[in-house]
Amino acid sequence: MSEHIVSPKIYLVIFLTLMAGTAATVWAAYHNFGAFNIVIALAIATFKATLVVLYFMHARYSPKRTQLVIVCSIFWLAIMLVLTLADYRTRGMHESRLAPPSNSNLVRA
Amino acid sequence: MSTTTLPAPVHKMPREDYLNATYGLRSWLLTTDHKRIALLYLGSVTVFFFIGGLFATMIRIHLLTPNGFLVTPETYNKLFTMHGVAMIFFFLIPSIPAVLGNFLIPLMIGAKDLAFPKLNLLSWYIYLVGGCFVLYSFGTGGLDTGWTFYTPLSSVYSNSAVTPAVIGIFINGFSSILTGLNFIVTIHTMRAPGMTWFRLPLFVWAHYATSLVMVLGTPVIAITLLLVGLERMFHLGFFNPALGGDPILFQHLFWFYSHPAVYIMILPSMGVISEIIPTFARKPIFGYSFIAGSSIAIAVIGFLVWAHHMFVTGESTYAALTFSFLSYLVAIPSAVKVFNWTSTLYQGSISWDTPMIYAFGFIGLFLIGGLTGLFLACLGLDIHIHDTYFVVAHFHYIMVGGAVMGYVGGLHFWWPKITGKLYPEVLARIAAVTLFVGFNLTFFPQFMLGYMGMPRRYHTYPPEFQVLNVLSTAGASILALGYLLPMLYLTWSMRYGRVAGPNPWPATGLEWKTASPPPTENFDVTPEVDWEPYDFRNRPDLGLAASGPLPAPAHGDD
Ligand code: HEM
Ligand SMILES: [Cu+2]
Repeated sequence: MSEHIVSPKIYLVIFLTLMAGTAATVWAAYHNFGAFNIVIALAIATFKATLVVLYFMHARYSPKRTQLVIVCSIFWLAIMLVLTLADYRTRGMHESRLAPPSNSNLVRA
Repeated sequence: MSTTTLPAPVHKMPREDYLNATYGLRSWLLTTDHKRIALLYLGSVTVFFFIGGLFATMIRIHLLTPNGFLVTPETYNKLFTMHGVAMIFFFLIPSIPAVLGNFLIPLMIGAKDLAFPKLNLLSWYIYLVGGCFVLYSFGTGGLDTGWTFYTPLSSVYSNSAVTPAVIGIFINGFSSILTGLNFIVTIHTMRAPGMTWFRLPLFVWAHYATSLVMVLGTPVIAITLLLVGLERMFHLGFFNPALGGDPILFQHLFWFYSHPAVYIMILPSMGVISEIIPTFARKPIFGYSFIAGSSIAIAVIGFLVWAHHMFVTGESTYAALTFSFLSYLVAIPSAVKVFNWTSTLYQGSISWDTPMIYAFGFIGLFLIGGLTGLFLACLGLDIHIHDTYFVVAHFHYIMVGGAVMGYVGGLHFWWPKITGKLYPEVLARIAAVTLFVGFNLTFFPQFMLGYMGMPRRYHTYPPEFQVLNVLSTAGASILALGYLLPMLYLTWSMRYGRVAGPNPWPATGLEWKTASPPPTENFDVTPEVDWEPYDFRNRPDLGLAASGPLPAPAHGDD
């Protein structure tokens, strides 16, 4: 398999971007965005991980089959997260709907 | 028996083969030959089978009386836990892939070895290191959490040696991952000329699917158990509510691996059955591509059903409904296989050779195990029979009746290839039937016990359950005989068995085209494949008549 040579310049740019991402994470940690705290932290982390995979791990220059494997693994990870979270997000929904109607419901009806 | 009246051609052992090419302990411990590594694995998984079997024996003896008379309640908890851990992680998961898969995949696809021979050896050493940690845990306080390690018992309350055990299973995970990776790369890149994907033996397809599960699933269990260890040692809050964790999250992560893991155990066994049936029915397998595809389907859908182990944990009703439905789906590819095997038998010229007896046993027992799986996947019913002996019977029908039957059957089928010798056929048939009878007597009463409400993992039971428990223990002793017999006569045959020759059955796979035992390089010249799988008619090299009904196989005389 032929190795793709990545120029040091690209590595440097990626490295600096990653550092900027780290700085952004630290900055965000000191500000309160309410419900978006976790969203912002994860968004930055995902962005950084993507750069690492694409450039440091050479996924960008890899054969199509390797890229397919990466995409499939991410999809598979999504299965684990989505189905697990589906449990947490829907807990108690059923019970509350079947619960005896409260007074306010009766009034509205 | 008329076996002796057959004009058996006289075979000679090859002058040099993988067994006698080099000598000495060093030549074995540092070997990179996939065939020798397979034998190293054969020895080590057998040790764990004995250890697990010893614990099982003690459990069954203890349960002879309602109050249990052998061990204390605490020890009883340790017995069933250590039985499960030894059998699942250190025997059943590596058994067929690391022994038969390791030995056969390169031979079946016409390669000289696996793609990464050194990684293959490394995986065995990793297995040993992991095994030592677990044995250390067994020896210093034991383990009492159940093989499922449910939190917060495992991470907070248990006083047993949980930490070394989870570290051992964590380490052992890498052995599985390396084996899976090795198989995937080998199957992709090392097939002989003419060995197209749809000419691969179904055994190889089954191992491809298994390897996918190994590579994708094992990291999850390894990390999850490591988290248990971290919570236990450093009080980091992952699963303990008092520390902000969530115990049900553990069950999600555990079963995300461990349900697919049940397919790691059964898929390779299905692969073995797919090889045995056409050979002793003398017919091409019915629906080749469906069997191959159903292996992949099982591997994929198997990842979508895990929370059917958690119906009574307080998971959301909607999640439970979804997982119940998805669990029914996984029955479809399993049924496809059973129907295809039975259709293969139709109008075949069937013989009752030992491997075939195991294959028949597999079909029947897997069927019962799979159908009772559907009972359990039924949400309403499972509320009643969850954590009863019904569940215990269900998974033993699949894992012992299915997976272990396939393993022992496969060992017999390929024994002539592995050792170059034939085992004593009559004795082997008696052992196979003993195993089948003993198995059913052990586990069928457990279905009834569970249905009547006897919970699993208890050291006592109400007196009215005694008769069925005694039957089960009696069955277990027959079962033990059924395992000891093959161990004895297979070992005996290595020295005293009749020389087998390259293709004693005869069977159609590439592994039968080389000497038995094969040379270190597997083939003298790289083979070229120009025949379709399981085709007996267009294979003059097998020495069968080209037209008319095909003669029954080697020993098939009844
Ligand atoms: C094919 C191989 C299979 C194996 C090796 C297997 C193995 C197991 C094991 C080990 C357990 C018990 C886990 C525990 O509580 O400790 C179990 C439980 C269960 N199995 Fe299977 N199973 C298989 C197939 C199926 C199928 C095809 C289904 C359904 C479609 C199924 C449905 C279930 C369910 C719902 C439970 C949970 C029962 C409970 O704890 O209440 N299984 N199985
Ligand atoms: Cu399951």
